[in-house]
Amino acid sequence: MTPEATILLALVVPLAGAGLIAAAHSLPNLREAITLLTAGLLFLLVASLFPEVAAGGRPAVTLFEVMPGLALKFEVEPLGMLFGLVASGLWIVNSLYSIGYMRGNNEAHQTRFYVCFAGALASAVGIAFSGNLLTLFLFYEALTLITYPLVTHHGTPEAVRAGRVYLGLLVGTSIAFLLVAIIWTWHIAGSIDFTAGGILRGKASNAVIGVLLALYVFGIGKAAVMPVHRWLPAAMVAPTPVSALLHAVAVVKAGVFSVLKIVIYVFGVDAIAGVKSVDWLPFISGFTIIAASVVALRSDNLKRRLAYSTVSQLSYVVLAAALLTPLSIVGAALHIATHALGKITLFFAAGAIYTAAHKTEVSQLDGIGRRMPWTMAAFTIGALSLIGIPPAAGFVSKWFIISGALAGGHYLALAVLIASTLFNAAYFLPIVHAAFFRAPDDGRENHERHEHGEAPWPMVVALTVTAAMTVAFFFLADLPLKLGEQLR
Amino acid sequence: MIAQHFPILQVVLPLLAAPVMVLLRSGRLAWALATAVSWAALGIALSLLAQVADGGVISYAIGSWPPPWGIEYRIDRVNAFVLVLVSLIAAVVIVYSRASVAAEVPEEQHYLFYTMYALCLAGLLGIAATGDGFNLFVFLEISALSTYVLIAMGRDRRALMASYQYLIMGTIGATFIVIGVGLLYLMTGTLNLADMALRLREVDEARPVLAALAFITVGVSLKLALFPLHLWLPNAYAYAPSAVTAFLAATATKVSVYVLLRFYYSVFGESAVFAALPMGRILLVLSLAAMFIASTVAVFQNDIKRMFAYSSVAQIGYITLGVSLDSTTGLTAGIVHLFNHALTKGALFLLLGGIALRLGGVRFDNIGGIARVMPVTSFGIVLGGLSLIGVPGTVGFVSKWYLVLAAFERGAWWLALLIVLSSLLAVIYVWRFVEAAYFREPGDAVAKFKEAPASMLVPAWFMVVGCIYFGLDTGLTVGGASQAAAELLGSGR
Repeated sequence: MTPEATILLALVVPLAGAGLIAAAHSLPNLREAITLLTAGLLFLLVASLFPEVAAGGRPAVTLFEVMPGLALKFEVEPLGMLFGLVASGLWIVNSLYSIGYMRGNNEAHQTRFYVCFAGALASAVGIAFSGNLLTLFLFYEALTLITYPLVTHHGTPEAVRAGRVYLGLLVGTSIAFLLVAIIWTWHIAGSIDFTAGGILRGKASNAVIGVLLALYVFGIGKAAVMPVHRWLPAAMVAPTPVSALLHAVAVVKAGVFSVLKIVIYVFGVDAIAGVKSVDWLPFISGFTIIAASVVALRSDNLKRRLAYSTVSQLSYVVLAAALLTPLSIVGAALHIATHALGKITLFFAAGAIYTAAHKTEVSQLDGIGRRMPWTMAAFTIGALSLIGIPPAAGFVSKWFIISGALAGGHYLALAVLIASTLFNAAYFLPIVHAAFFRAPDDGRENHERHEHGEAPWPMVVALTVTAAMTVAFFFLADLPLKLGEQLR
Repeated sequence: MIAQHFPILQVVLPLLAAPVMVLLRSGRLAWALATAVSWAALGIALSLLAQVADGGVISYAIGSWPPPWGIEYRIDRVNAFVLVLVSLIAAVVIVYSRASVAAEVPEEQHYLFYTMYALCLAGLLGIAATGDGFNLFVFLEISALSTYVLIAMGRDRRALMASYQYLIMGTIGATFIVIGVGLLYLMTGTLNLADMALRLREVDEARPVLAALAFITVGVSLKLALFPLHLWLPNAYAYAPSAVTAFLAATATKVSVYVLLRFYYSVFGESAVFAALPMGRILLVLSLAAMFIASTVAVFQNDIKRMFAYSSVAQIGYITLGVSLDSTTGLTAGIVHLFNHALTKGALFLLLGGIALRLGGVRFDNIGGIARVMPVTSFGIVLGGLSLIGVPGTVGFVSKWYLVLAAFERGAWWLALLIVLSSLLAVIYVWRFVEAAYFREPGDAVAKFKEAPASMLVPAWFMVVGCIYFGLDTGLTVGGASQAAAELLGSGR
């Protein structure tokens, strides 16, 4: 099969899967089998492009012109390859987890759930493989819209309110800022193709570069740079598999991926390195890292704590991109993958706890590690990865980001990274400690006292797999590095 | 050869069909005839568009009286585009109207409805096709008078008041236009628009010409519902029968925009319009006011037809904003939005008609949970709403792209920001529908309903699919619009 056909199939397969899932509405087992098959097939398709991209190839396909000179166009470069692999690979695990979660909690509208999920993955792959800003924008908006029914899945007034924040912020920022930035770029550069070295080089004044960067960073609300981060905690009202795959991996990573891709292929890293008008970005992303950590530390609700931790970790990628050094760019790319692995594990654990024990607050987790050893062991590995302790994945990307900060002499960024590490430890380790070393506090509210063990097996398998992947990444880091090194 | 008479057949076919319908006195036969002439008109319009696609101009002398003495029909790429738009919408709406009119209009009036429909179509096509100033006024009145009747046929008694309101405003508008044309006749001694344009260059006395420009601008602005002359529109759209609302929203205001473009660029020439008077700035300010104020008003409506009517006023603001920018890109944006908005609003009003068929009125307080019982209709409205917002992959996005690009070409980045900000207001009112339709529990009244009949859904979805198709393949729309823009800008120089 030609790479061009593979790219198109990678977009068509999840959409066809969505159609089949809808058709299998009345046969739940068949429906879930289709989801798993689609996810597996999508991953194989994406992975089959890896050798060529790792060898320096750039498979591309142009579909048709939407407007004169503006085509719908796909091109697989290392960054998109990495994002595509992470999103499609974790979809398989997440589908397994979803089956356990959705059935274990007797959720309604399960068909709609799986259809939207497949649509979201198609959009994510579209973003990953986009060859120009128009294609990226098209799939970016599609991803927002297709995930709206997932966020509002429960249909409660609370979910509808959260949906408003979600849609309002994401659509609002993307239309008000991102679209303007894209059209402005088209006007200045006469091109919106992602091109190695950047397309704005020498075409815009430094002031315009600074404004454009701001429009891009805040226009891509999915990157959740403060103050446009509020949609992410709001989205936590969704069922946990949604929070896990979409709001720790596909949607948010689509955001930071877009920021990184635009910095590399639209601005050009060395073209804007040293330009004074972009110096604000490290500060705003550094501020987001710290401020979100503080909020996470103060949140008792487990999913909310994880959400703010995600806000903080996403800004690692933005900060690393903003440092504009070769090493930090590699670190930014790797962090997309490593944070995804660690955070999806943590969300899986949170959902398992909710399903098995119906507990949502951090303060309720005393002694839960004895009843749910697999879950809490996985949680521990995820937490270690986020803190950045070897042999977990998070260490690898953090290493590159810190090396980049040192190489560029960005000592303030270094201080932020160190402080954030401490914060991460401060809001994750007490959970681990309480789960394993505190006695279960069962006498407090008697009606909560019920026997439970682990969550349904598909969930336990899923979170064990992602925890294992988190560790494996550390030892197999040279594979993703092959992609990352090409970005230098 | 019959093909050489297409410019006149375009108008005369529906015009002659009307009296035949009165003689037939049968709703069913009248509908069949109206359908036949609407589709014939579409075929003729497409053929005319193909004939002028290479840049030629068809000049047709009625009764073989050569212009400028006789009445000339003059088809170029600008009005061929408008003819296709009007006849396309007419052809789709007429298919739809059978079931909708049966439910909303008393049976003994059906043949009158289709008579008026054919007259209105003839009027709108005539305005676009003619190259004669007075003939244009006559067709303007034919379309307007038939529209008053069509609106008054709405089953809500307030339709009468709405029709009366439109009658007053529309008459003032037409009077202003005829005064303007009269002044131009006074100065040039000709009614032929092309001839008028040539002679205007030799006229030294500027004041009557400027007065004519002012009269025509105000008159046409009334007809196209430019803010703040839009007050007739929301009631007319809200209380007219569903099919009429869709037809008017998609065609009547659009043809009026064409008249404005024709006078501004072909007759006066842009130098007179944009240099002698600050027309660009006036239009710009009024367009922005329309975009923001009408959208804000739309957010607070309870009646959904009224809400989308106010949205139309705002969207007309986008069209006139493109015109006010006075550049190839700006004009392209305006003309392409003419087409795109017609498609979007047509689709939305047709789908709302499906709900109206079941519910009577379409208000936020009675459509709760409608998506459960009418999923196809509701999803179509969501897609149309996305196009209104300007989500990529829909026609609304294409219009916005060119509009913002035109703003950047003028160096007006603040204008670019205002354009996108105003489109965010559409998110609010579209999402009010989403939340009401999808998240509220259906009441007892709603729960009994069925989906709209296929004869209404198919035409409506035809337009919804058009909203998406022309959002991804813009060869016809942007291509046609940019050619039309080039033609207009070229003819003024």
